[in-house]
Amino acid sequence: MTDMTLQAEKGTSLWEDAWRRLKKNKLALFGLGLLGSFVLIALITPWIAPYAYDAQNLDLGATPPSAAHWLGTDIFGRDLLTQIMYGGRISLAVGFVATAVALFIGVSWGAIAGYVGGRVDAVMMRIVDILYALPFMIFIVLLMVVFGRNLLLLFLAIGAVEWLTMARIMRGQVQTLRKQEFVEAAISLGLAPATIIRRHLIPNALGPIIVYTTLTIPSVMLLEAFLSFLGLGIQPPKTSWGLLISYGAETMEEYPWLLIFPGMALTLTLFALNFLGDGLRDALDVRRSAD
Amino acid sequence: MWRFIIGRLLQAVPVIFIVITATFFLVRAAPGGPFDAEKAVIPEVKAALERQYRLDLPLHQQYVAYLSDLVQGDLGPSFKYPGRSINELIESGLPVTAELGAYALLIALIIGGISGILAALRPNTLQDYIPMSLAMVGICMPTFLLGPLLVLLFGIELDWLPVSGWGDIPGDKILPSITLGAAYAAYVARLSRAGMLEVLSQDYIRTARAKGLPEWHVVLKHGLRGGMLPVVAFLGPAFAGLLAGSFVVETIFQIPGLGRFYVQAAFNRDYTMILGTTVFLSTLIVLFNLLSDIVAAWLNPRLRAQLSE
Amino acid sequence: MSLLSVSNLRVDFNTRNGHTIAVNDISFSVEKGQITAIIGESGSGKSVACYSLLGLLPQPPASIESGQALFEGQDLLQMSEAELRAIRGRDIAMIFQDPMTCLNPFMTIGDQLIEPLVYHKNLSEKHALARAKELLVEVGIRDPDTTINNYPHEFSGGMRQRVMIAMALINEPKLLIADEPTTALDVTIQAQILKLIAELQTKRDIGVIFISHDLAVVADIADQIIVMEKGLLVERGDREAIFTDAQHPYTQKLLAAIPSSIKEASTRAPEPLVRVEHLKTYFETPSQLVKAVDDVSFQINKGEILGLVGESGSGKSTIGRSILRLLPITEGTVTFAGTDVTALDKKGLRGMRRRMQMIFQDPYASLNPRMSVYDTLAEPLLLHGIESRKTVEQAVLTLMDDVGLARAFIRKYPHEFSGGQRQRIAIGRALATKPEFIVADEPVSALDVTIQAQILDLLLDLGNQYGLTMLFVSHDLAVVRHIADRIIVLYQGKIVEEGSSEALFTNPQQSYTKTLLHSIPGQSLLAG
Repeated sequence: MTDMTLQAEKGTSLWEDAWRRLKKNKLALFGLGLLGSFVLIALITPWIAPYAYDAQNLDLGATPPSAAHWLGTDIFGRDLLTQIMYGGRISLAVGFVATAVALFIGVSWGAIAGYVGGRVDAVMMRIVDILYALPFMIFIVLLMVVFGRNLLLLFLAIGAVEWLTMARIMRGQVQTLRKQEFVEAAISLGLAPATIIRRHLIPNALGPIIVYTTLTIPSVMLLEAFLSFLGLGIQPPKTSWGLLISYGAETMEEYPWLLIFPGMALTLTLFALNFLGDGLRDALDVRRSAD
Repeated sequence: MWRFIIGRLLQAVPVIFIVITATFFLVRAAPGGPFDAEKAVIPEVKAALERQYRLDLPLHQQYVAYLSDLVQGDLGPSFKYPGRSINELIESGLPVTAELGAYALLIALIIGGISGILAALRPNTLQDYIPMSLAMVGICMPTFLLGPLLVLLFGIELDWLPVSGWGDIPGDKILPSITLGAAYAAYVARLSRAGMLEVLSQDYIRTARAKGLPEWHVVLKHGLRGGMLPVVAFLGPAFAGLLAGSFVVETIFQIPGLGRFYVQAAFNRDYTMILGTTVFLSTLIVLFNLLSDIVAAWLNPRLRAQLSE
Repeated sequence: MSLLSVSNLRVDFNTRNGHTIAVNDISFSVEKGQITAIIGESGSGKSVACYSLLGLLPQPPASIESGQALFEGQDLLQMSEAELRAIRGRDIAMIFQDPMTCLNPFMTIGDQLIEPLVYHKNLSEKHALARAKELLVEVGIRDPDTTINNYPHEFSGGMRQRVMIAMALINEPKLLIADEPTTALDVTIQAQILKLIAELQTKRDIGVIFISHDLAVVADIADQIIVMEKGLLVERGDREAIFTDAQHPYTQKLLAAIPSSIKEASTRAPEPLVRVEHLKTYFETPSQLVKAVDDVSFQINKGEILGLVGESGSGKSTIGRSILRLLPITEGTVTFAGTDVTALDKKGLRGMRRRMQMIFQDPYASLNPRMSVYDTLAEPLLLHGIESRKTVEQAVLTLMDDVGLARAFIRKYPHEFSGGQRQRIAIGRALATKPEFIVADEPVSALDVTIQAQILDLLLDLGNQYGLTMLFVSHDLAVVRHIADRIIVLYQGKIVEEGSSEALFTNPQQSYTKTLLHSIPGQSLLAG
């Protein structure tokens, strides 16, 4: 360490720049905070839930919110708050895991297609095009009907739908970046392709990927809820927000709280994710960075 | 241009083929047959029924027989409703679903489009924040939540609107159409806002203003064409989504449309019904996507020229 | 009375980066029948000033703090939007820099041309179209009956700019504001458009404001020249006065930055370092085969700077990239220091890369935005084992000294630098491996004129210091003759002429070369 470096001015990387911009976005921060709390609650639910998961109280039946049961009870006398907390674990898990599956497959697929180009790219993207044209909603319904309501299958099925768009985005990013002069410079310096991908391409492609991932999670959660609502998703005794909403819809005339509270839980989570995603998109928009 | 269209049509063929084949084998692979759930059936009757519905043939022969029927436009008989063919059922359910979808799409395009454009004209003001917040709600509140809530509010508490049926009581088409259209109105609003903002920041808009043209002319004549492109591109996926949404809406509002038939068929393991509706709906989706692609390409003169070479 | 009289104009900008004064109390006037040029580099406020006159600045974030702009006796700055709209396109018209993005790609040029007529003069479409066709002929577009139904992308850059001029003049405005109208055009096309603007101006006896960053461009056509720097008006005078007797140091700096000298022929004995033999680089698109480089042969001698000159489509950039094998070569050989580069396999090529490097055109795109100066400069040093992790920092600091970057900036990121500084980083990166040969692809084209001069001097100094051999690719002849020992002129993938700078410029042989030379703006005045 020379004396010179001690006087070196601090540089602000683009990530720090983006973070600073994100912090200014109140809605995004709110979303982040809300999401964080929900995830935290979901993680420690088994320790903090007020009642046991399957504690029924048939004499009690469905009751509106009260001191003992903050959000009321369902027709079996089960505490709604507990139900929502456990349901949240499943819903959030599906959201994150399925998205992770889609992310992994999509990013790898798109990166390879985009970097190698030529025939390989043409073939890989043709496959994506054909799969994209398949009406997946119908297929998932079919899959669920045929193979029963299996949690693992649900993860895979949903992930299999979402990876396509991820692949397209990644490929687009990689293709654009490859044409950038700094990648040409890296090639002319003699860097190996693996190093170029790792050090030059991926860090610069991350922006849109992060944004899209954040916006995929709510999509996935909606899909799971939709399937559960149709009776094709999560199976009792497990529960999810979608399932709770479908039960609530059945009895909404007499017991509206059974519909409203799970509905709010889902909607608020989706809000949080969307606000965060929008905020990330604005913060990571390279065009706006200090020019 | 024609080469492009025919090329895309040809691409659609393998897709539809895959759909038919995959659905066929998937459905057959499902545990449980169409008659298992019913009250216990005497073995001889069961065998006779299976013969009638060709279930006693080996799988690949069933497949070929099905394909040949298909080519002739015959989707086969229904298991659940003996005596009625799938074609009949589709014919009765399709107009209903189509009408519901059309209203929903209209709501989405008109309300969504207008609010998105208005929001883009005055970004970061109330004219922007209010519609966009409502749009956010539309995106975050699933159809199957919005529907019951609207029913609760307008149907039960206020008792303003009917909550079931389609065409039986005046006004019973309002709630379902709004429920289905709301989410898409939200997407269209956001897309058109983003599209318009992007276009309005282009240099050629500045040129139009420098020519002294009135602002409404600049926005409508110069801005719309480019700004609405994302919405047109969205129409394909929107169609598929509307179809999926119709499953939910028709179930909630007791509407005798294709969506509800499909859901019921799925439950009842009505093989031919599932197969028939899947094939039909998938073909529609593929064709609609193709249409949307073609329109989007046609609207862009540069692309149009490239494709005509 | 002057056509336009601006007094004490001040325009501020309030963005999230802070508050800036873009135009700081400037006053000038434009006369009918004269061309007034406003010259300044980026950030000078020249465009902002003119846009504010017509109310074309979005207000926020801009705000017109004070000033008066009398046009035919009325103050433009006090007018309402409706009043301004009546003037725009009718009495005052504008043309812009990039005709590709400034014309609506979704409308035919006919539809766009008739708009000012239909809206301001209430002409019927039929009459407007007839008038539009007349104007197309006037600006030099033949065949107006067919072209009027074409879309902008079907025209070349020069033709599009002619369409924009037609669109601006169609209502017979009294004042034309031209914002960098030739900056995006090839040199020969630029000469044509400049001539067209001057002719039309005389013919119609209108006033013209010509905004440019390049003094040389306006040297032949401007009557009055106004120089702006950082929002201030620093000098004003007629053409003669500015070019022969500039007062303000900034104007003098601008004048000095115009490369006017021709490099003297080298007395060194030629010793080829790079040999290019029958190079062909073809690209296949779905519709056609593009022969970017079509059988080109030449050699570059050790220690010399060879200039490769041509307009767009000449293949000059492709040659540079082909030599470095950044692009696949269709046919031909490239020999570097005796080794056939075209025959090398991947491993051999990577070893060779140490000795040949490239400097790119766009300083904004040629640096990885997520790597600091240290990262960018250390990468090649560590990769080729020139320095170890312990010694690399010192080497990086030395490199920064060489290219004139303050050592304190070592941890900063590209977006925190100006264009000229980024280019210095890029040059540092190219020099890191102590290469023998450097391809400089339009290294100063994206920079302001005064910065251009600095970077060119830097390249010359470093070239001498390290005994570099350079291939200098550019479309700017004035720059090339200043820096290159020998020059090759390219046209559509083929070599047109070759010779020393002196020979080429004083005694060009081919007609294309002559056309190119005549297109260099501002020669008459500068030579004197």
